Amino acid sequence: MSSTPPPAASRARPGEPLLSVRDLCVEYVTPTGPVRAVDRVSFEIGRGQVFGLAGESGSGKSTAAMAAMRLLQPPAVITGGEVHYEGRDVLAMGEDELRAFRWKEIALVFQSAMNALNPVLTVGAQIADVIERHENVSSAQALERAAELLALVGIESSRLRSYPHQLSGGMRQRVVIAIALALNPPLLFMDEPTTALDVVVQKEILQQIAELKERLGFSILFITHDLSLMLEFCDTVGILYAGRLCEVAPAKELFANPQHPYTRGLMRSFPELHGPKQRIEGIPGSPPDMRSPPSGCRFHPRCSVAIPVCDQEQPQLITLAAPALARAVGAETDTPDAPVGQQRGHRVACHVAAQTAGSSDV
Amino acid sequence: MTYILRRLGFYLIAAWVSLTLNFFIPRFAPGDPASALQARFQGKLEPSAMAAMKVAFGLTDEPLHVQYFTYVKNLLRGDLGTSIAYFPAPVSEVIGKALLWTLFLAGLAVLVSFALGTLLGILTAWKRGSWLDSVAPPTFIFLGAFPYFWMAMLLLYALGFVGGWFPLLHAHSSHLSPSLSLEFIGDALYHAVLPAGSIVIASLGGWLLSMRNTMIGVLSEDYITMAQAKGLSERRVMLHYAARNALLPNVTGFGMALGFVLSGSLLTEIVFSYPGQGYLLFEAVKSQDYPLMQGLFLSITVAVLAANWLVDIAYVWLDPRTRS
Repeated sequence: MSSTPPPAASRARPGEPLLSVRDLCVEYVTPTGPVRAVDRVSFEIGRGQVFGLAGESGSGKSTAAMAAMRLLQPPAVITGGEVHYEGRDVLAMGEDELRAFRWKEIALVFQSAMNALNPVLTVGAQIADVIERHENVSSAQALERAAELLALVGIESSRLRSYPHQLSGGMRQRVVIAIALALNPPLLFMDEPTTALDVVVQKEILQQIAELKERLGFSILFITHDLSLMLEFCDTVGILYAGRLCEVAPAKELFANPQHPYTRGLMRSFPELHGPKQRIEGIPGSPPDMRSPPSGCRFHPRCSVAIPVCDQEQPQLITLAAPALARAVGAETDTPDAPVGQQRGHRVACHVAAQTAGSSDV
Repeated sequence: MTYILRRLGFYLIAAWVSLTLNFFIPRFAPGDPASALQARFQGKLEPSAMAAMKVAFGLTDEPLHVQYFTYVKNLLRGDLGTSIAYFPAPVSEVIGKALLWTLFLAGLAVLVSFALGTLLGILTAWKRGSWLDSVAPPTFIFLGAFPYFWMAMLLLYALGFVGGWFPLLHAHSSHLSPSLSLEFIGDALYHAVLPAGSIVIASLGGWLLSMRNTMIGVLSEDYITMAQAKGLSERRVMLHYAARNALLPNVTGFGMALGFVLSGSLLTEIVFSYPGQGYLLFEAVKSQDYPLMQGLFLSITVAVLAANWLVDIAYVWLDPRTRS
């Protein structure tokens, strides 16, 4: 809205990101005025990359993903920003172009397979309809492909005639993944794909996703509130708080050197599997009421290191310079495969971190 | 399959309960057919003739349980007794023809109303906030507030009497005798336009509103978002994903509404002198024809139960979750 969009020309060059989201804003229209659920969120996903979007419930992570696919329903409206996919302007697409674009280019794996499948259609019909829609094949061929897809996720083809309620939770999630892979899309949005499952099945499904990714080479936008999953799974991680990105960094870098007080709080909220027992501290307070978010940095009322400027000015997402970062942390944290502050940089939106670390540029 | 059989068992029990009530209620009600018969002839009948008549109508002084068993036995043979008003025609014969006309009229009305109302409900929910959505629901709720028979009189007066576009009474033209010829069916449909139309107009709003409400609930489900994300055509998402699921509660309502529409159509039939059960019931009450009344109540009950069973079968076909 108020932000000036960068020039949108010539984005289709090789080496450019597959998906690029710039300053995306989403607002919910309510009787008491608009509520901004996603506030100038920017991220990029390269080919074969996994980008993780983490944050509490209501932080806007799902909304941002839905907006990037233009799947928002009123009262949610995209009010600003840009979404480019291989150089194509997604927000400018017409209705028909959009329907052809969806699933062919970006497919979606929902968090709850329980509700993502139509209860009155067979599994086969739900895989075949998307194939028939996008490709010029007969329904017999589409069903044949559906059987292959089920085999791909380890389900026997006799299940084609099953209805969703006849499958277990894990199988249903596999079916959802099979549907997502039906057109072999370059990019998958996974919205908490394992949250509704028990831990054992969760592990199996994640392993399967990782294997399929190796084989088929798709990119993933991975949405979760589970940071330990992020570390395992993602190349780059963005942390959302109250609709704003507060920190973006390569996964290993982020876990080694969390800069934003909120990220640090999140890290402390999970118990360590190894090492001595620790008391889980968590983050005091609760997420802000989005109808009247705090001024300045939205995290400042819950922040233990807040300084006067925090409730005055909104911190910008700045890239930390490698030497400065090393100085700030005051320790040798380099890991062989992910040099600190490099690999697309470690960006943080925090006045305190910016002051102590020093910054390069915006 | 077991579900359908279980439902059948349930309806058989319900049918038994209703035919038992049908036996006892008139017997506990004040007045009795024997004295009504006596009053009818105002004592101008010889006692022996009176006695013969009582035997013919099955009016005895036997204890109730003996009468009850005779009643059930006769019912199972399809014998509903002899009509007093249409003497000496047996009740089953009198009802038979009328039942067909009522089923034709009420069935036609309820199917058209359900189909149209559901379709409008789908469209209004799908295009929420459109002009159709802001006009159709209030209009049909307003029209639905009128009783069936009032709507019937209004249509009869405006389109039949003043306009002269439709026949004023009866189920078919008097020069045609019932047959399965195209001419007769066309004629019967033409005669059914006003009576069925009045029921459709008055009952459409209910279907529209309930379908619209369940549709709106279903539209916020994840599988709708997923269907949209799949890039499926709008038609497929609307019909196969949204409407197909939203239809389920409406089908249940369909079974329940049948009885209501049937009783409502009784009054409509009287307005149009339609030779159905309603008209017959009216005649039966006027002439205190107890056997006929009993037969009518029974046939209406059985028709509603049977229709509900058919709806159950349809439900199983529509919802795979009831099959296992």
